[in-house]
Amino acid sequence: MMEKVPAGFGGSLRWVLTYRGGEGMWSWFFHRLTGVAILLFLLIHILDTALVGWPRIYNLVMDIYRHPVFHVGEVFLVAAVLFHALNGIRITLLDFFQGLMKYQRQLFYAELYVFLLLILPTAIWMLRELWR
Amino acid sequence: MNGGYGHPRPAGGFELYSWLFMRISGLLLIFLALGHLFIMHILVGIENVDYSFVAQRYATPFWRIYDLLMLLLALFHGLNGARILIDDYVRTPGWRVFWITILYLVALVFTVIGSLIILTFQPKF
Repeated sequence: MMEKVPAGFGGSLRWVLTYRGGEGMWSWFFHRLTGVAILLFLLIHILDTALVGWPRIYNLVMDIYRHPVFHVGEVFLVAAVLFHALNGIRITLLDFFQGLMKYQRQLFYAELYVFLLLILPTAIWMLRELWR
Repeated sequence: MNGGYGHPRPAGGFELYSWLFMRISGLLLIFLALGHLFIMHILVGIENVDYSFVAQRYATPFWRIYDLLMLLLALFHGLNGARILIDDYVRTPGWRVFWITILYLVALVFTVIGSLIILTFQPKF
């Protein structure tokens, strides 16, 4: 059954962080968290790309993006999109193939393995300048 | 109900189309957005992205069409997700009006800005 979320930000936060649903809860929680993070990045990215009409300002902003802090942020962005994509595939599969429902736990762990398998080498490659 | 995995499929009307849109746009974005991240952030790298790179990339229509399709799908996928979150978490009627107004303003402003850059950008070499 669908539970009622307590009112207010504090209530929602406590509700989110209370252990209730095992793998399904974490899948749901991280889907929302990564979704909001990606949306905020997308809005900023639309604004910085809009500066391309002013070449000098655009190049200045791109220079700021080359700072190591943004490189680390970039890795988090790729990780967020990758998790959201893999988790979305799993949700959609479970929606359209009800028979898979009894393997939902295994599917979540399969998703985590694929996520780690892809993100670890990607992160090492993306941060290669920082190791030098 | 499907055991708390994703949103259960709504019975009909707007929410059913919203539910379907999230799954269809999500599937397309797996190719468009992950492809974009792979090319721009892993193969090319932010080190090599500057004005002349963008100017070259936008000299032919292919990447403009790719980017416009990705922009609109990503924006509406994300904003529709935000609409669902507002529905779930904002209970007070006044705050709901406030956040829904912000949502529609953001949708309008960012759709216009984003599409205009992609469609009207004139490369200067």
